[in-house]
Amino acid sequence: MTLRRYHAPIWDEPLLMEMSVAGRRGQHFPIEAGGQALIPEALRRRIPPALPEVSEPDLLRHYLRLSQETMGMLGISLFGTCTMKYNPRLNERVASSSAVAGIHPDQHPDTIQGLLALVYAFDQMLRGLSGMDQFVFQAAGGADAAYTHACITRAYHSAKGQALQRNQIITSIQSHPCNPATAATAGFEVVTLMLDERGYPSIEALKAALSDRTAALMINNPDDMGIYNPEIAEWVRLVHEAGGLAFYDHANFNGVMSKIRARDLGFDACMFMLHKTFGVPKGGGGPAVGAYGCTDRLRPFLPGPIVSRDGDQFALETPAESIGKVREYLGNLHQVIKAYGWTRAMGAEGIAEASDMSVILNNYMEKRLLAVRGVSRSHPQLPGWRLEMTRYSLGTLFEETGVSAVDVQNRMADFGIDAFWLSHEPWIVPQPFTPEAGEMWSREDVDQWIAVLAAVVDEAYRDPDLVKSAPHRQVVGKLSGANLDDLAIGATTWRLWQKRRQGAL
Amino acid sequence: MSQPARAHPFMPNSAPALKSALLAELGLDSAEPLFGQIPESHRFRGDLTQPESLSSEVVLSRHMRDILARNRPAADAISFLGGGCWHHYVPAVVDEIVGRSEFTTPVWGTPSSDFGRNQAWFEFTSQIGALVEMDMVGLPVYSWGCAAGHAIRMAVRITDRQRILVPARMCPQRRAVIDNYCGSADPTARIEVTAIACDEQGRLDVSALAKALNETIAAVYFENPSYLGGLELAAAEIAASARSAGAETIVGVDPISLGVVLPPGAYGADIVVGTTQPLGVHMSAGGGLGGFIATRHESHYASEYPTLLNSITETVDGNTAFGLMLFHQSSYGSREYGKDWTGNSTYLWAIANSAYMGLMGPQGFQEIGALIASRAHAAASRLSGIPGLRVSLNGFFKEFVVNFDETGRSVSSINDALRAYDIFGGLDLSQSFPDMGQTALYCVTEVHEDGDIERLVAALTEVLA
Repeated sequence: MTLRRYHAPIWDEPLLMEMSVAGRRGQHFPIEAGGQALIPEALRRRIPPALPEVSEPDLLRHYLRLSQETMGMLGISLFGTCTMKYNPRLNERVASSSAVAGIHPDQHPDTIQGLLALVYAFDQMLRGLSGMDQFVFQAAGGADAAYTHACITRAYHSAKGQALQRNQIITSIQSHPCNPATAATAGFEVVTLMLDERGYPSIEALKAALSDRTAALMINNPDDMGIYNPEIAEWVRLVHEAGGLAFYDHANFNGVMSKIRARDLGFDACMFMLHKTFGVPKGGGGPAVGAYGCTDRLRPFLPGPIVSRDGDQFALETPAESIGKVREYLGNLHQVIKAYGWTRAMGAEGIAEASDMSVILNNYMEKRLLAVRGVSRSHPQLPGWRLEMTRYSLGTLFEETGVSAVDVQNRMADFGIDAFWLSHEPWIVPQPFTPEAGEMWSREDVDQWIAVLAAVVDEAYRDPDLVKSAPHRQVVGKLSGANLDDLAIGATTWRLWQKRRQGAL
Repeated sequence: MSQPARAHPFMPNSAPALKSALLAELGLDSAEPLFGQIPESHRFRGDLTQPESLSSEVVLSRHMRDILARNRPAADAISFLGGGCWHHYVPAVVDEIVGRSEFTTPVWGTPSSDFGRNQAWFEFTSQIGALVEMDMVGLPVYSWGCAAGHAIRMAVRITDRQRILVPARMCPQRRAVIDNYCGSADPTARIEVTAIACDEQGRLDVSALAKALNETIAAVYFENPSYLGGLELAAAEIAASARSAGAETIVGVDPISLGVVLPPGAYGADIVVGTTQPLGVHMSAGGGLGGFIATRHESHYASEYPTLLNSITETVDGNTAFGLMLFHQSSYGSREYGKDWTGNSTYLWAIANSAYMGLMGPQGFQEIGALIASRAHAAASRLSGIPGLRVSLNGFFKEFVVNFDETGRSVSSINDALRAYDIFGGLDLSQSFPDMGQTALYCVTEVHEDGDIERLVAALTEVLA
């Protein structure tokens, strides 16, 4: 396959602060000369903020150039675990219209019936896909939904008079870090189960962890290696038997949507990421939505309010024993509307087809990638097909050439290929990488991706320094490796950077 | 299906022949064997109960438009709602920038391939730093309430104390978020939140605060302007007394005020938090929310940040570039041993905020601050002329309380009546703060013109007649 020629745009774009010229303006407002005097003297700002002074066209062109200096899915991005998707532009148009963007969250429900109707309808659609009894959209990301579950777990056991006793949350080493992290933030002890040779923890390990201290299980399935734990229903049964709750982190829903439902496996709650599986744009990291769904047993504890329906009228209600809030208002509702639009465009058949496509394409990739020298997959001994992702290792390549997965990632960017996902910490295979093809990328895209990886591996064996010193055709080269953790070196603001350069520090 | 299958517009490989060709590469004629890891007893074979597919964009577009036509957005009416999400003007240039595909769609790349976005983020943190006068600013968090929650947890870890003081009359939503962040399944880790009495405009009662402050207090949290709009005149005094008790001072701010209001870095704040929504982000029913955390650039603060930190640095060949700082202390780096947690946040809004702050510059922030203060005060003054209304007339920025007790009417009934005039009255506080009677929080910004205030006054006069 011919590799596409590529070079990232280079604009040598200065920082906005460096563009500043005293006296330039980007916006005018009507002048109210007496306005400042209305601020009590003791609190009046006398030294204006040291912000850049730029004109409107210069500022626009500055950010357009910065957008060009961001690859931003114009290349091929198979960032595993994040399920890169097409974000239908219709949904962007609808969500940016005044009918959505112009709504204040405290408007009277009579004035937002359209909004509430869509939120309600989407809740129903997610119920169909999961079997759960109620969804809420307040959590502003997947991790926030995990935190929601930790708070609900706290409230649930407290209501049963077992708050002090049930203080452990069980997860696995292959769960997303947000599960143990939010559990710990909510005050739980975290029990992390290790994997056995089958790629998931054993029932025995789970049984050994369960006790009358168990508050909940927080687990994903399949994991990021594309391995499905076939004992998961038994896990949930055992967790319930021990008195705990079971939460399904459905971050990796794309490969199994329409194939399984969290409720059917016994789970009390689950979470869907609308910015991953449901076609909502990621925005480089939000605004996002962790849609949290649960059974009637947990519904009284949900963060409120939730949308209820009476005929054609929609209202807001706060559950009786609500945990309160994990974030203000009802959540990123403009993103919920986009997810509604995506899901309606797909329909049940489209959803099933997308699940098929993502798993077909991953296994097609796997077959071809394993033919590339220096590439292996996690748990190579396991037979059978993986789901929508496979965790690979460049350990052999690293041993033989000294070229790391990060080096390969940087070099692939020279060919218009955006970063692959490596692995969450801790790495359980050496030099990991985790592409996820999903359903939006064409076979030609995937073939190009594989061809670039193969070409870079070939370079690594021929000329390892070429790869180790990459990128060479990007906006900028490789970072110097300066220790940014050193407070004398790292700087998150221009004012600090300037003070340091001027020798004031 | 009676019609021949057609490829879905979002799925390039879904044309039947293309799908078959991919399956053939795997030696299969159906996708079913690929799901062999899933036991049959786990499989769902029923109806997913989804509504009919609307794969035709023209149909879906009309369908969504028709439903959303039932909304009457505040931005199209005359609205005085604020309190945690505010109607400010969003310059068209900001919409253009934030709508760029390169910023809207991706997730995460390399420092080289994401260079432009990382620079935009650095410009965000730098400009927030300039507004609040702090040297260290993290990448954004979900909201003001979440920022306050994290800041409180930072202060608890820094001081090794577990009690905090907050205003009794603070935003109930932010307070509810803080309460969750302060809760713990471990009773020894719980953070005790004590509410300090406030005046009618939400300012802390300094003598009540002095009584409550002692060596067990981790932090004093207050807002400037307060939830009820009042500017905290005793800000420096509060920060000084917190410091002398060994407590951290956490200040929450509305950054759009900071062209005319003293920055918290100038009166002794240790940790500054606030909202980013007023800085160029549409309300979107609360979807526009974002929050930030800022501190001095000192190790005991830096080492407690839960957010990702985007630092300026250099490439091997001496170009400016950006990289992550102190990543290991995030939940990505250390799972349950990290600082709280991080994840997806409001990173796209950081770009909107950055563009907005750049457009405004020092003069823009001064002009908009003076304009808002002037219009809000003029509105308060006009409303105070209506018989039966008790209105705060000064000491605020853009929000002020209006008490209706003497009218004998509830805020809720008045707001119901105002809606007939296409006016959304101020936020009803009577449920949140029953001791304040029938009180509403009115918000006036640069989007309000004199005519809007006149319409409000005329409508209120009729409603109360």
